Amino acid sequence: MSGSLGRAAAALLRWGRGAGGGLRGQGVRAASSGGSGSSERLDALVKKDRVVVFLKGTPEQPQCGFSNAVVQILRLHGVRDYAAYNVLDDPQLRQGIKDYSNWPTIPQVYLNGEFVGGCDILLQMHQNGDLVEELKKLGIRSALLGEKKDQDSK
Amino acid sequence: MLSGHLVGSLFSMAGRVCVSRGSARSGAIGPVEAAIRTKLEQALNPEVLELRNESGGHAVPPGSETHFRVAVVSSRFEGLSPLQRHRLVHAALSEELAGPVHALAIQARTPAQWRENPQLDTSPPCLGGSKKTRGTP
Repeated sequence: MSGSLGRAAAALLRWGRGAGGGLRGQGVRAASSGGSGSSERLDALVKKDRVVVFLKGTPEQPQCGFSNAVVQILRLHGVRDYAAYNVLDDPQLRQGIKDYSNWPTIPQVYLNGEFVGGCDILLQMHQNGDLVEELKKLGIRSALLGEKKDQDSK
Repeated sequence: MLSGHLVGSLFSMAGRVCVSRGSARSGAIGPVEAAIRTKLEQALNPEVLELRNESGGHAVPPGSETHFRVAVVSSRFEGLSPLQRHRLVHAALSEELAGPVHALAIQARTPAQWRENPQLDTSPPCLGGSKKTRGTP
């Protein structure tokens, strides 16, 4: 039990320090009841942070092109403060999150506790502008808006 | 639209690193690919169904059927969110996704959406994958 929690804690990475300091530090508290793949724990996990992603690999070193695409899209929007969980570190988490969302593949993206989709859907939301709107609902201003503003003012 | 050049740069990266992607297409159609095609045709009655075996770009043996990209164009998708559309595709292929298929990129379009941009996109390059745990999706 404690071993499983330890692995879960190790699997959790906080990406980007500095911005959005209010949430900082929450991520290291991975303790909860049940194993790392239990639905109660996963429910708490996806609701703990505004932006949560489950990846193969880490944001610094994604181990899959689709996971990398998710990381890069968030980076383009300037989303730095998100919780990233590496499913390759934890087989229970890997299966558990698929069962939780009823979605057969990784990566998986959650905004405000709600499952959004995988790489294809996040990319589509990025392309059609929906991601900017969804981030706005979470109180996150997309960096792409900032860029646009700068360009307009020049 | 918001950032066409950024999307472009994200996926041109794919082009640079990418290993030859066409190899799988020139080969014979494998049993998994055939099953995917049949099941999607039965479940969604697609107007267009484009399927590409992208396994050749990944750390799997030659001839593998583990990574696919599919474009499904069906009027069944009218009025459904992207999430709901993808779930229909997943449901049709539940057996394959629980078994041999490791990755499935999905473009689920209505006929009108497909006519706007009728092409099967390119997936980002594999980054090494989970060799330790290869075989489990």
